[in-house]
Amino acid sequence: MNGLFVSRSIADNFVNIGRKTPAMNMTTQSDTLNAFETLVRTHTPVLLRVARRFMHSEEDARDALQDAYVSAFRSIDSFAANAQLSTWLHRIVINACLMKLRTQRRHPEEDIEKYLPRFLEDGHQAEPSVAWSESAETALQRTELCGLVRSCIAQLPDTYRIVLLLRDIEELSTDEVAQMLGVTPNAVKIRLHRGRQALRTLLDPHMRNVS
Amino acid sequence: MTDRPYLPCTEIIGFLADYLDGELPPDRRSEFDRHLAVCPSCVAYLESYKETIRMAKGSELPVEEVPEELIKAILAATR
Repeated sequence: MNGLFVSRSIADNFVNIGRKTPAMNMTTQSDTLNAFETLVRTHTPVLLRVARRFMHSEEDARDALQDAYVSAFRSIDSFAANAQLSTWLHRIVINACLMKLRTQRRHPEEDIEKYLPRFLEDGHQAEPSVAWSESAETALQRTELCGLVRSCIAQLPDTYRIVLLLRDIEELSTDEVAQMLGVTPNAVKIRLHRGRQALRTLLDPHMRNVS
Repeated sequence: MTDRPYLPCTEIIGFLADYLDGELPPDRRSEFDRHLAVCPSCVAYLESYKETIRMAKGSELPVEEVPEELIKAILAATR
């Protein structure tokens, strides 16, 4: 954030939200500042959770969130009156995270092949799959397993992890993800499938041996 | 009875997402179903793949209280 030049006061820009959101009914600059602070306090808990999901460290999540707020209020004019403010902010946070991840992408990225199923020459699975002994619904009632799933997702190479987050957790469409990442819808489908397969491999030893 | 060969496991697992999304043409889908009817390993893979998606969705962090210093930093950065 240091050295970032903001052409107009963000709070000034926020007046525009007040105009577009009649419920805010702001009359004075003090009202505007108070409403702005209320907005930040209201939306930040959920938005911080989104940023934490994407970023690898707490510091990066907070930086991405700050970038997102600055970016949001600089482009407040593009906020459509009929849009949900929370949805609009949510999308901007995701974009800020993606931008930050792009700048810090690890080279070379870990190979996902080692997490994918292997096959014999005749096309059969090299190691037959075993049914899991617990459903996701039951397993997720255990706090430590929720943490385990999150840490397994964090282990995935970013190329696949990001698509899995956007499709399976953020529930964006294939086309939306393709547009966000600048890749083809088919590439999104392939990355999603591989990401899910890799996550399944990482969870498998924990899920087939639940006592 | 038919003696046509079954699709290999590699094909089933490779196109599992399309199968689950209902994006396979009907004749191909019925070949998938024919394979799954005789291959417990692919059935186990399919079920655990579906559970994996559910687990990813359900593993959300709880919404926590935001540290005051972060709120102040955001307000400072945007004013």
